[in-house]
Amino acid sequence: MAQHQVNYGASGGLPVALTTVDKLVNWGRTNSLWVLTYGLACCAIEMMASGASRYDFDRFGVIFRASPRQSDVMIVAGTLTKKHAEFIRRLYDQMAEPKWVISMGSCANTGGMFNTYATVQGVDRVIPVDIYLPGCAPRPETLQYAVMLLQKKIRKQTIFQKQKPKRLV
Amino acid sequence: MMMRPYRPKANVQKRAYYNDRFWVAPRIPEEPVEGSPFEEDLLSLKRKFSIEKAYIQRGQMVVIINPEDNKEVLRHLKEERGYDVLSEMSAIDYLERDGTFEIFYQLLSLERSQRVRVKCRIKEGEAIESVEPIFRSADWSEREMFDMFGIKVNNHPNLKRILMPDDWVGYPLRKSYPLQGDEAAQWYEVDKIFGKEYREIIGPEQRDPAYVNPEDTCNFARIKHEVPRCADPESEPIKIEKFNDDAPLVETFDLKEAKIVNRR
Amino acid sequence: MQQRNRLEPYFENLAFERDDNRMVINFGPQHPSAHGQLRLILEMDGEQIVKAWPDIGYLHRGMEKMGENMIYNEFLPTTDRMDYIAATSNNYAFALAVERLLGIEDKVPRRAKVIRMILLELNRIISHLFWLATHALDVGAMSVFLYCFREREYAMDLMEDYCGARLTHSAVRIGGVPLDLPEGWLDRLNWFLNILPEQIDLYEGLLTENRIWRMRLENVGVVTPEMAKEWACSGIMLRGSGIPYDIRKQEPYELYDEVEFDVPVAETCDSYGRYKLYMEEMRQSIRIIRQLIPMYKETEPQLMAHVPEYISAPKEDIMTQNYSLMQHFVLVTQGMRPPVGEVYVPTESPKGELGFYIRSEGDPYPYRMKIRAPSFWHTGILQDLLPGHYLADVVTIIGSTNIVFGEIDR
Repeated sequence: MAQHQVNYGASGGLPVALTTVDKLVNWGRTNSLWVLTYGLACCAIEMMASGASRYDFDRFGVIFRASPRQSDVMIVAGTLTKKHAEFIRRLYDQMAEPKWVISMGSCANTGGMFNTYATVQGVDRVIPVDIYLPGCAPRPETLQYAVMLLQKKIRKQTIFQKQKPKRLV
Repeated sequence: MMMRPYRPKANVQKRAYYNDRFWVAPRIPEEPVEGSPFEEDLLSLKRKFSIEKAYIQRGQMVVIINPEDNKEVLRHLKEERGYDVLSEMSAIDYLERDGTFEIFYQLLSLERSQRVRVKCRIKEGEAIESVEPIFRSADWSEREMFDMFGIKVNNHPNLKRILMPDDWVGYPLRKSYPLQGDEAAQWYEVDKIFGKEYREIIGPEQRDPAYVNPEDTCNFARIKHEVPRCADPESEPIKIEKFNDDAPLVETFDLKEAKIVNRR
Repeated sequence: MQQRNRLEPYFENLAFERDDNRMVINFGPQHPSAHGQLRLILEMDGEQIVKAWPDIGYLHRGMEKMGENMIYNEFLPTTDRMDYIAATSNNYAFALAVERLLGIEDKVPRRAKVIRMILLELNRIISHLFWLATHALDVGAMSVFLYCFREREYAMDLMEDYCGARLTHSAVRIGGVPLDLPEGWLDRLNWFLNILPEQIDLYEGLLTENRIWRMRLENVGVVTPEMAKEWACSGIMLRGSGIPYDIRKQEPYELYDEVEFDVPVAETCDSYGRYKLYMEEMRQSIRIIRQLIPMYKETEPQLMAHVPEYISAPKEDIMTQNYSLMQHFVLVTQGMRPPVGEVYVPTESPKGELGFYIRSEGDPYPYRMKIRAPSFWHTGILQDLLPGHYLADVVTIIGSTNIVFGEIDR
């Protein structure tokens, strides 16, 4: 009976791969990072450039979305002003967990050269940040490197751990 | 307790740290209007209005008028003399010097490619008449002037803040407003998003780019006294071996001797 | 896990109970096709806009205040961040304003003038390519976006070869330019100028007679000449309304009176006419740069104006001569002290009339610096331009005004 039944253990050429749930989930998460385009100022142009012809961002599975509810990563590209700070918090709260934030450029990191009354001195006063990107404006290669670092960070996570609130500042 | 040094509040702009006592600043020459292409404009203005002063500086005529006449002068220049574009207007803060604002209107004649600047002075607290019925572009410029200097404009259709949020305190471009903002400005986003009780958790803004905290070893390293990350700042520093210049850039290793660690 | 915060959902933009059939909707400030942080509050009657309130200031960084607290040379890199798509045009406008304030405009060496003009026109091409890319993307033509960015990258490579930065160039100094053109740069420029016209033809082949493109652009956003004057429009917004006013022609600065170029004018006053102008302006920029290349080869190698009172000597002199070193030290630490007076200098940036008003009181810091940014008025005109259009046209109109928020809010 059942001569057609394949002996899985003996014939090793079957398309079966063993892995942990963690790795499988992280594999999915890392390779389809959908980004909320938070273009605020000059860095947004470099962010667009990295999505365009030469620095094709789709290779990393990074696809720009315009809606916070569909995206995993927020790239804060540009100067955050005090008038705008409220809205970035609103949009961050609307993103679904798990979510990450890349702060792109000096202005988003620390306020940069705009040490004035109207500029928030670092986006991390308002939302928690995972990766800080230096530069004014960072080149598209820098943004690609940041995305790769973020993928590395995501691969280290386990899915069943309790979610801790991320720290501000 | 150390007393805070007193600083005058009327002008908190940056000032030169050194001034030569005998140095007198040269002035850009003010040329007479007679004999220039602006002569006709000035004559027709003088017939109707009292002109305090008029001269030519760097190829543009400057006319100083009474602040009450501003609307009529601009209407005259637009309708009679063909200055049909108000390319710019704003104010200058002279409050510390003599308690006035100087308001300038920069006009352009598209046909003759000539530019005229009309200026007038008003005291603090006085309002100026809106020129929005003559030049529609003054709508936004006057709002910006109100936003930045707090100069009230009479008969403006929609006079409210344009660049700063509506609940902002103070007028940023006044000389008495500090570059890095007053207290309301520095806590604006924290107060608005999290509330005042969050001020202690988030902490004050870090505005000094050269700031190094010797107590904080998580975020700062002290040169010549490097300790492990987040260790006690007074603990024993890490011994740094003498740097070997002759070492190869990439260390080659023997694969057979290398021990494979169990990696995840 | 979220931090607790005080932000509650607000319904300022949604009016549930209104007597009329009007609806108020909110557009921005973080909208992918608002070209930055534009917030529009639109009152709609069905699909049609009845009233529009543009709300700006979401990128106000206090540049004018910064300018009052910085010496003149320090402020120059800040101007990069105004119109960040064509940074050199801002640097140049500021440098020209300070030069005219100092009265050293004629002393800028000819080679510096030629290099500045090449960079300015290259920036105009970059800016127009970027405009076409984003405008086409907003209207729905994704492939044009990819094509335009391809050519833009070549132009960015040229800028990078010259000054080292892709976006924020700071390629112009007060009194000249810091560097000569690198070796072989003109050949690469020539190569770029040779491939570009074909590519412009390609874009035009894709768009000009495209049915969708024409339906979405023709008779949309009509700016009448009176309206353009009222709202102080400049640049293509003005020329798109049939008024042939180009500051490069009417009030020539640099060597614009020595080169030949045409000022295209559109009589149709709509977005489609403006699109045609952008394409034609790119061709004119190519024409100007082609004339400048032989002019460059005839010039003397001096790059900075020789005005020891205001401008540091060349590096060789600073390193070898004592007086130059002292002067350089004073100029760097204290800054130059221009004469007392005021000056307003307009230049033709890719967006329109970019002017700097500088009031100097003889101090190393300007007493007042007002930046006249063209996009400020091109945004203001939206409140008169949008009513009567449909919601779908909003994106087209914002795109065709070519606004950039760094210079609106400053």
